[in-house]
Amino acid sequence: MATLEIKNLHVTVETEQGTKEILKGVDLVIRSGETHAIMGPNGSGKSTLAYSIAGHPKYTVTQGEILLDGENVLEMSVDERARAGVFLAMQYPVEIPGVSVSNFLRTAKTAIDGEAPALRGWIQEVRGAMDALKMDSTFTERNVNEGFSGGEKKRHEILQMELLKPKFAVLDETDSGLDVDALKIVSEGVNRVKAATGMGVLLITHYTRILNYIKPDFVHVFVAGKIAEEGGPELAERLEAEGYDRYVNA
Amino acid sequence: MEQHSHGAGVPLQIRSERPKSTKVADFEPITIRDEQWRYLPVERLKGLEADALSEYLGDLQFEGGNSITTEWIGSDHALFGAAGTPEDRTSAASWESTDAAYLISVPAGPEEHAVLTVNSDDLTPSALHIVIESKLHAKGTVVIDHRGKGVLAENLEIVVGDESDLTVISIQDWKAGSVHTSAQFAKLGRNSHLKHVIVSFGGDTVRVTPSVSFSGPGAAVDLFGVYFADADQHLEHRPFVDHSQPNCTSRVTYKGALQGNKAHTVWVGDVLIRKEAEGTDTYELNRNLLLTDGARADSVPNLEIETGQIEGAGHASASGRFDDEHLFYLQARGINELEARRLVVKGFLNEIVQQIGIESIEDRLNKSIEEELKRSVK
Repeated sequence: MATLEIKNLHVTVETEQGTKEILKGVDLVIRSGETHAIMGPNGSGKSTLAYSIAGHPKYTVTQGEILLDGENVLEMSVDERARAGVFLAMQYPVEIPGVSVSNFLRTAKTAIDGEAPALRGWIQEVRGAMDALKMDSTFTERNVNEGFSGGEKKRHEILQMELLKPKFAVLDETDSGLDVDALKIVSEGVNRVKAATGMGVLLITHYTRILNYIKPDFVHVFVAGKIAEEGGPELAERLEAEGYDRYVNA
Repeated sequence: MEQHSHGAGVPLQIRSERPKSTKVADFEPITIRDEQWRYLPVERLKGLEADALSEYLGDLQFEGGNSITTEWIGSDHALFGAAGTPEDRTSAASWESTDAAYLISVPAGPEEHAVLTVNSDDLTPSALHIVIESKLHAKGTVVIDHRGKGVLAENLEIVVGDESDLTVISIQDWKAGSVHTSAQFAKLGRNSHLKHVIVSFGGDTVRVTPSVSFSGPGAAVDLFGVYFADADQHLEHRPFVDHSQPNCTSRVTYKGALQGNKAHTVWVGDVLIRKEAEGTDTYELNRNLLLTDGARADSVPNLEIETGQIEGAGHASASGRFDDEHLFYLQARGINELEARRLVVKGFLNEIVQQIGIESIEDRLNKSIEEELKRSVK
């Protein structure tokens, strides 16, 4: 059983207008096997939370803590966080020139596990995970995210999650830009990994649509850099009916 | 033909009209107003811009198989000047300053490979002339490995015999302070094949101008190049393929990585398809990967076509950046910074490195890449 704790997190970012505080005191505890949905309007700081957990250099933590089983995550480099078991499925995965998917996946797996995977078992594992995500086998020969469609990028993120088996996965608007079929395939992937590994999930989304496929245990409404309301799955249903107006105009 | 920008005061030159001469006096003094030298300030040549140079007196070590032979030949020998004529001033100065050439002959028979190491140890502006020939039906590989410190203007002639299959690999792995200009001429006989690989890593200033022509139909040339420029290094490559015979093919593929302030690479790829070169099939490509800010890659492909009766002709050129977002993405998957850069650079250059086909050289290159990368990771 692992725990990811976020305590009173304040985060700033440098803009042309100067330093701007985006997160204004976020408190959140996620345990293994739990799925937490973070929902909120555009610009509320949801993605900043995701990047801050992963350690993107653009964001500065000015106050608060992130602890993984009591270990201070904020003192870890980006790659150390990943090796400790934190995974971020990115909203906008970047193209990496010159690196094939197969080389990338094997290098990442080796880095996470601390040793290279046995070749034969690894190839089967990759192929199995790709089949489950309905990805063509020629995909591994392409360069990472180069010329991928929106749907391919998201499947590729979930493929990595499936192979790297993190303790906690942060899914940053994984549903955006997906049609219904792709959304279903990606959601099934998340559910499959969760069932197999018992990972905790932090699902960041603007829309309730993905929650039809990935059932949250907890829903947090995120407004203006902090959590405005918390509840169970019924809160998502209310948001579906009422929208965010109630919070934004409050 | 695609248009590429040319700076003010630098006239566009049609390749077939470029002057050729073995006499240094036939060339204007070097200036950046000349298209051939526009990227290379004359100060960087450290004496190679002079009219006369010393003959190269440094080390030449040859290691070959049983059948590949070597000898010194005089400038009156039929093979001296058999592959080409200088097209720039340093090449002509080198030509006039040498009255002998080091000849490496690859005979027919079992395939072998040989290595000539040019190991210089002083910075006297020097001239060296090397000739490689492959005889009828020969098959083999010759490596010219330039190392040490030197200021060298070189002419390297490659005479590819009819029906022969020759691989020539020229490695520029000089120490800091070195300057090297290398005019490399290849002439391909009927139905022959040349694989030519340029590997440029070390040296303050390196300028290689491989120039390919054909003496018979049905020949094929593959020109590969791989380079890695560090801070303050200038690495320049100007491959030229002159199609004057029917049914020949050429493929030009150069890839380079750059890092550090004022790392500068230049690639100018010229292909000329003359009227009589019907059935030509050509493609040239250059890609550069900029690993840091402050580096600059110039890439200019030129294609001149004088006949419509060709199989194909194309070119591509692109320079991309490796930036903080790439690094974040890879690190977010557990890969540390050095490993991330290694992954990207090796992946990028591998297409060329794997063409070398000699394990010890590939290992040495991979080690060089590794050392260069370590320097860039704090």
